[in-house]
Amino acid sequence: MKQSSDSPIILLLSRVISPYIMLFGLYVIFHGHYSPGGGFQGGAMLAASILLIRISAEEKVYELQFKKSFDIPLGALGVLIFLGVGLIAMLLGGNFLDYHFLPMDWMPKADVRAMGILLIEVGVGLAVMTILVAIYDNLLEDEDA
Amino acid sequence: MKIINYSSLVLVGLLLIYASLGLPYRGDTEALVNKEISLIGTPVASSYYIQNAYKDTNTPNIVTSILGDYRSFDTLGEEVVIFTAGIICFLLLSRERKSETK
Amino acid sequence: MHWELELVLYLFLIISAVVSLYVKDLLTAVVSLSVFSFILAMLFVSMGAIDVGFTEAVIGAGVTGVLYIVLIYKTSRRSND
Repeated sequence: MKQSSDSPIILLLSRVISPYIMLFGLYVIFHGHYSPGGGFQGGAMLAASILLIRISAEEKVYELQFKKSFDIPLGALGVLIFLGVGLIAMLLGGNFLDYHFLPMDWMPKADVRAMGILLIEVGVGLAVMTILVAIYDNLLEDEDA
Repeated sequence: MKIINYSSLVLVGLLLIYASLGLPYRGDTEALVNKEISLIGTPVASSYYIQNAYKDTNTPNIVTSILGDYRSFDTLGEEVVIFTAGIICFLLLSRERKSETK
Repeated sequence: MHWELELVLYLFLIISAVVSLYVKDLLTAVVSLSVFSFILAMLFVSMGAIDVGFTEAVIGAGVTGVLYIVLIYKTSRRSND
């Protein structure tokens, strides 16, 4: 949005709250093996923390946090992480997305599968975060700007 | 006409409540879904997941291990759907493409 | 299990859904829809589906509410002038 709110209180409050939401989103992604959560929820939470700054601040400020031109390429990178893990497992002799065959030999096989799940969750979180921000950005673009 | 609308609404509501009486309770071990062998003699997938998920993937959260490992192809499709939604928003609403076509 | 709690939650679920359908002000409708999502998330949690409840709380009560509210401000500003 071009016109942000003029109140400095909203900007200050969202600048205080947003890093904590982002930290909790990262916790939800990386702790998804042991507690409820996962890539989708954590990515949506990261997107919420970015959208908070985008609502309250003006364009010059939020471009410093997360550039508008980054969101579609980073979303594509998230999907490519997912596809790449599956294709690596397929190239090394397994089925598609069969994490037994990932090249991490120093761990037992069950831990390799846990690491595969973690890679997948990171890809999903990246894609969901950037796509939600991209939908917001593209919906709110001013035509006269 | 209004009478028909409301009466059909009430009828469908009563039908749903009657149908919900036949559902098994949460965590019912005697329900057909939670049996180890199904009616036609094949093993049920959910009991395999519950018994072997921690041994296979070393993740205590069984939802994550099912979504990320056993059913990861489904998750891939979900992510591609979200990505397609973003791409469509980008292609339809983006400012740069609009100024090019003008 | 806690059937009293679930009964109250179902009651408020229906009330918030009806309010979001019939209210005139769009902003009130969006807030009531967020309340609907949050009560639905609590119902999911009380049924034991914690991950589903978490997703519903984050998506339904968080991101969708933000998008709706910003779009309402955007459209009403344009129609005024």
